[in-house]
Amino acid sequence: MAEEKKYKKPLPRIDEENKPFWEACARHELYLQKCRSCGKTFYYARGFCPEDLSPDLDWVKCSGKGTVYTFTVTRQNQSAGFRDNLPYVMAYVELEEGVRMLTNIVGCKPEEVKIGMPVEVTFEDATPEISIPLFQPATK
Amino acid sequence: MSIQGKAAIAGVYEHPLRWAPHKTQYQIMAESGRGALEDAGLTLKDVDGLFTSGVSGMGIVSLAEHLNLNPSYLDSNSIGGSSFVSHTGHAAAAIAAGYCNVALILYGSKWSSDRFAIGTGGAGGGDPSEQFENCYGPTTVGDYALTAQRHMHEFGTTSEQLAEIAVVTRRHASLNPLAKFRDPITVQDVLTSRLVSSPLHLLDCCMISDGGGAIVVTSAERARDLRKKPVHILSAAESCYHTSAGMRDLTDAAAKQSGPTALARAGVAHKDIDMAMIYDSFTITVLVTLESLGFCKKGEGGSFIQNGRIGLGGELPINTDGGGLSSNHPGMRGIFLVIEATKQLRGECGERQVKDCQLAFCHGTGGTLGLRHSGASLVLGI
Repeated sequence: MAEEKKYKKPLPRIDEENKPFWEACARHELYLQKCRSCGKTFYYARGFCPEDLSPDLDWVKCSGKGTVYTFTVTRQNQSAGFRDNLPYVMAYVELEEGVRMLTNIVGCKPEEVKIGMPVEVTFEDATPEISIPLFQPATK
Repeated sequence: MSIQGKAAIAGVYEHPLRWAPHKTQYQIMAESGRGALEDAGLTLKDVDGLFTSGVSGMGIVSLAEHLNLNPSYLDSNSIGGSSFVSHTGHAAAAIAAGYCNVALILYGSKWSSDRFAIGTGGAGGGDPSEQFENCYGPTTVGDYALTAQRHMHEFGTTSEQLAEIAVVTRRHASLNPLAKFRDPITVQDVLTSRLVSSPLHLLDCCMISDGGGAIVVTSAERARDLRKKPVHILSAAESCYHTSAGMRDLTDAAAKQSGPTALARAGVAHKDIDMAMIYDSFTITVLVTLESLGFCKKGEGGSFIQNGRIGLGGELPINTDGGGLSSNHPGMRGIFLVIEATKQLRGECGERQVKDCQLAFCHGTGGTLGLRHSGASLVLGI
């Protein structure tokens, strides 16, 4: 029975640049980086600022709230972990902090997803070490 | 240094097969090369520059070995479907610089008979950005669908307007004996085809075929004495758009950067262009590319493509061969943009010939509009 529940989707490869981001996700916390030198907030996680290459970065905890910037209801994907979970919603969510991140919208029917819809982060525990940030309709 | 006046396309060949399980990829490339060299009136021994993409990391060296060539210039720039548009510009620059005299650009693919699910096979790459994407199930269709949905939201673009692009392209294919899908379709046919990834229907998507092609580029001077009328490479430009550290406007494409640059380098304006080959991986690719290139204002692509404007006889005929939507798409279609534009400029297109065609624009898109992609623009003229 445990075999059936096995997580089959691709897992992120944790490396020196993205490790703090995924460690925070494992604690069910969403963090962005902000450059101490130029003030730029950015996504996805890097070991330097993609504006001025400064290595001097702060990790900033997100509110976890945002809105759907765009989405698609995917009805065909032959790859492992997805072909058994069709249809699913892939979306860009615009976070309150201003950046757009790719994610899935869960916790509602695909046909209920609309651009501009308020959403909040939730985490799917893929392995004991890795949790994936997903978004669901905002509760308030 | 400008490439203008320095280099010309002397030979082209589109492999006629769309299904080639009995051939190898390298065989398709060799057959295409033979065709393009014959078209130019040149031989393999004349080739001193080799260009390809869609091969393994060092595949271009294996290709040279397979052809028993020792080129003095090698370029396997691999930026997706636009690669061969990029190669054509690079070949012109190499020739202008005197680094090679006869460049052979080759493409061959068996993605259809190999059952490679490029559109809906999911992602699994090791690049830094992909560690924040692969877990969400991006597919090629889905990535483009993200752009389509946003474009509809911001500008009121409709599925009917996108479908019109597929309908016009099919009409062009019906005039191309080599095209895979030649039976006419209607807007309703597109709208009632199944949703692959909303809002894109099956008939909004290009096919996957086998196939290949080849282009011979040489100096303008040498091209004058060859078999066919030279098609001059007037300018080239490239660009790439990506997730922009989380700030990307999804309704823009890399064409926004390379298109105006290519036109400026050629010293021509949009209104001077007689026909355009616009990479049509999906209907939305065409619409967003036309806007980004500046053929119409941003957000107005939906109305621009209507009323026959992009069809044969219209103001800006595009994809006269039937495109990836209806003629062929072996995974990376850029080479066919250049081949068809060349044939149009030579006046070799028979029933689908654009009248008085003197200036053509090619724009290749490689990758996906929704995540990251390259753009390669070319202006060709006689």
